[in-house]
Amino acid sequence: MIARMFMLGLGNVRRDLRAGELTLILVAIVTAVAALSAVSLFVDRAERALVAQGNSLLAADLAVESANAIPETLAGEARQLGLATARTLSMRSVTQSGERLQLTELKAVGDGYPLRGSMTIADAPFGAAREVRGVPAPGTLWADARLLQSLEVNIGGTVTVGAIAVRVDKVLVLEPDRGGDFFSIAPRAVMNLADVAATRLVMPGSRVTHRLLVAGDPKAIATFRKHWQKLDDGGLKMLDVRDARPELRTALERADLFLGMAAMTAVIVAGVAIALAARRYAERHLDTAAIMRCLGATQATITGMLLTEMLLLASLASVAGAAVGYVAQHVLAETLSGFVGGDLPPPSLAAVAGAMLIGFIVLVGFALTPILSLKNVPPLRVLRRDLAPVPARSAVVYTAALLALLVVAPWQARDVALTIYLLGGCLLAIAALAIAAWLSVRTLGRLRRHVGVSWRYGLASVARRARTSSVQIVALGLGIMAMLLITLVHRDLIGGWQRKIPPGAPNQFVINIPPAEVGPLRAFLAGRRLHAGGVFPMIRGRLTAINGRPVQPSNYDDPRARRLVDREFNLSWAESLQPDNAVAAGRWWPRTAGGAPQFSVESGIAGTLGIRLGDELTYDIAGETITAPVTSLRDVQWDSFNVNFFVIAAPGLLEQMPATYITSFHLPAQERTALNELVRLFPGVTVIDVAAVMDQVRLIMDRVNLAVRFVFLFTLLAGALVLVAALQATQDERARESALLRSLGAARAIVARSLLAEFIVIGLVAGVLASSAAGLTAWLLAGHVFHVDYRINLWLWPIGTLAGVLGVGAFGLAGLRGALAEPPASVLRRIA
Amino acid sequence: MVEAIDKPIILADALGKTVRSPTGDLTILDDISFLIRPSEAVAVVGVSGSGKSTLLSLLAGLDTPTRGRVLLDGVDLNLLDEDGRAALRASRIGFVFQNFQLLHSMTAMENVMLPLELAGRADAAGQAESILARVGLGERTGHYPNQLSGGEQQRVAIARAFVTRPRILFADEPTGNLDGTSGALVAGLLFSLRAEAGTTLMLVTHDMTLATRCDRRITLIAGRMQSAP
Repeated sequence: MIARMFMLGLGNVRRDLRAGELTLILVAIVTAVAALSAVSLFVDRAERALVAQGNSLLAADLAVESANAIPETLAGEARQLGLATARTLSMRSVTQSGERLQLTELKAVGDGYPLRGSMTIADAPFGAAREVRGVPAPGTLWADARLLQSLEVNIGGTVTVGAIAVRVDKVLVLEPDRGGDFFSIAPRAVMNLADVAATRLVMPGSRVTHRLLVAGDPKAIATFRKHWQKLDDGGLKMLDVRDARPELRTALERADLFLGMAAMTAVIVAGVAIALAARRYAERHLDTAAIMRCLGATQATITGMLLTEMLLLASLASVAGAAVGYVAQHVLAETLSGFVGGDLPPPSLAAVAGAMLIGFIVLVGFALTPILSLKNVPPLRVLRRDLAPVPARSAVVYTAALLALLVVAPWQARDVALTIYLLGGCLLAIAALAIAAWLSVRTLGRLRRHVGVSWRYGLASVARRARTSSVQIVALGLGIMAMLLITLVHRDLIGGWQRKIPPGAPNQFVINIPPAEVGPLRAFLAGRRLHAGGVFPMIRGRLTAINGRPVQPSNYDDPRARRLVDREFNLSWAESLQPDNAVAAGRWWPRTAGGAPQFSVESGIAGTLGIRLGDELTYDIAGETITAPVTSLRDVQWDSFNVNFFVIAAPGLLEQMPATYITSFHLPAQERTALNELVRLFPGVTVIDVAAVMDQVRLIMDRVNLAVRFVFLFTLLAGALVLVAALQATQDERARESALLRSLGAARAIVARSLLAEFIVIGLVAGVLASSAAGLTAWLLAGHVFHVDYRINLWLWPIGTLAGVLGVGAFGLAGLRGALAEPPASVLRRIA
Repeated sequence: MVEAIDKPIILADALGKTVRSPTGDLTILDDISFLIRPSEAVAVVGVSGSGKSTLLSLLAGLDTPTRGRVLLDGVDLNLLDEDGRAALRASRIGFVFQNFQLLHSMTAMENVMLPLELAGRADAAGQAESILARVGLGERTGHYPNQLSGGEQQRVAIARAFVTRPRILFADEPTGNLDGTSGALVAGLLFSLRAEAGTTLMLVTHDMTLATRCDRRITLIAGRMQSAP
């Protein structure tokens, strides 16, 4: 029985392919799978590349951190797995030159450091920076400009570190794993790990941070991580790129969202194309199914045969699609190699297999229900052609499609909010498009008394086929909407993202400003036309209790939480909320709060530390205990590069505490020498240069933008397929009617014009509705998913409408050109 | 053969079909009763709209009656579901239609093989080839329906109908779409193959010449039988 159904299905696939009956559905699946596999492969590779880029900020793929020396067994195990390792040791210590002393952030680095990224040094303070491989030679020190200035020592001079004297060899500009805390108060220096023992600075109980850096094959990293997690006794912390920098984490998450949106849009458009093609296939196979039923095929036989046919088709199309996708992503990687840094990791077979599986799921979800309705064709259709199967209930068809999307979407979009808004947007769009299409079709039908003969016939056709016209408008509308989303809206959303780091965004932070120097520093910056952002007070305090319960690192499993409570927070106070902050819960204090003690906490850190609205936080600030309730939680856009604080107090709570100030300003590259003057005039302040990190984030934005543009090509192809499939749905009927009109004496030009009128009307309605739906979806996505500013782009409507009219008109007429040129009798015979 | 003579192969018992229409219930067939013996050839005649095709659809189990019952080769069709009726058609019934009803994506050979494949019979290709040769299309087995003339298409349909050696053949205006010469050729094949196989023939036709070649006639007028067998 099964063998017979398989043979029947096999024969059918062969015959239908030969007869061209499956061409559209085959191309639709191939396109879908090609788009999906190209997207999946590229996204997978791009993501791994982005993570690798991010890893350069960690100087490794993974770092194991401990307050105690990290056992050699761990490093040995990493090396056994084929991973590269390097060690670092960081501590805060006093360095000395002559009479001058300076508290310094010292980092000692071993051979091989950094495993990812590179150190940036210069030969003179604020001189030309360059990247180097290698570490300071034993007996030498690379010190940052701030330290040199503070110790009044030059390159070649000697600095005492603990028990030894080392020679200053280079100016340290940036080391990749400088750490999440930009605002450490001390200047920085890097020395060789081999010198540490001689300094005698590391004693039992001294506050040092040991790190074992690990890098290499992702699988080996994963194995190492798993093994480490088993061994974890609480004394070791594991860091990956997402812990390295909050602003980079935001950028990576946003990159995920954009690529996810591109991939999911491709899924939806491809699904619509497949659904339309399947519908047409089912319609054209009604007679076949009826004859087979008449000749004695049971419903089970027909079902088995159709399933076999679809599965064979899906296999064929998936393999072909994956092959096309593989080549496409390769072409993309080659084309973008200059932009993507040239070291994209190789494509993973898992991504190909995933794309093929998605091809099956999308086919099953979108095509199977309409096609399987063929099993219900009444055999009596052989005598009465008007009989068709009770069509699959719309609810069933849409549910199947929705289920397929629900399986695929979170997989592709990787974000719940994005999935909900994009799917919700599409569903709303379908409902709105259906209602609007139906109303438009009805209204337009009434206009026909006021137009010429061609338009009259065209409008009459749209109105007469009200149901089919509405389905076509919905399908075309969805296709156009997806294309608009991925072109204009994507550009606007990415633009919104990029605007967050405008060319003049602050790239220098000045911290540790004594209250007395705030005014003079402002005057200094104003005198050089360096635009400074706000000046904020900064107080360092340690979180000691939440709701009276002492806070200990051991209270938390999350390494980030442990690290956060293990160090001092930078607190601030403010009257008003910063523009790049949004209150997520609770209320920001009114200006007239009257000094009621209260805190506002950034929502991310609140989640990490388990702080809820209303909790009482206790801080130890310079030996004094401060307690106040949390009255608001804030979402902070860290990638804005503005000065921001995890915890802000209401005015009146912290004013009496010893504070320094922080500000930021934008320093154009050609004016870097102003920094020399700044540190000379204000020796107490610390300047932190974040230009390099900003460049990194901008680079990620650019790459994401390019990747999404490439994905757009597939969405465009899928959109074109939707167009063809939607128009083919009524192509036979139109050809037959046109032939009838011509046989009744209508000139070909009149028939062509009336067809064009019909296509223009459908394209117009679909275009206008799609533009509105795209605008609305974009607005929702911008506000709730991407958190960027979005102004509705008025170009959506003219471009969407034009795309609809031109696309439908051109494809529609091209599809019927053959039938218009063919003698009417031949058309009628062929299609009867 | 004794059993076959005594037992009708088709029995219509007070058959009726009423459908709903915008103007109320419409009775298409009413109180039709007759029996047909094995190997008999019976013509159903009547003007357009008299209910001929509806009667054929009820007898062949393509549709269900509103009243009465049909016994086909001793099996009460009312007791079978659609799949049961399909199985019965697969094993005992052949069809020839006015508009041929060939599958356009299949060659002549594949069309003829189809009922054998559906019934899971062995050597479908051999049997199809042999019967196509019998209807004079041995050289055209690889042709598609649109590459064949109307008469040739109907000969393929006849080959498809007889390839399973059915007990009963239902033919709905088999020459209705053909010119005189092709019609005569098709009718000749139909009757000779029927005679060879001993198949019972139920023929719906306008064509009185064709009707007279049958053993007897059932005339329908406005859904009722005019002459009982």
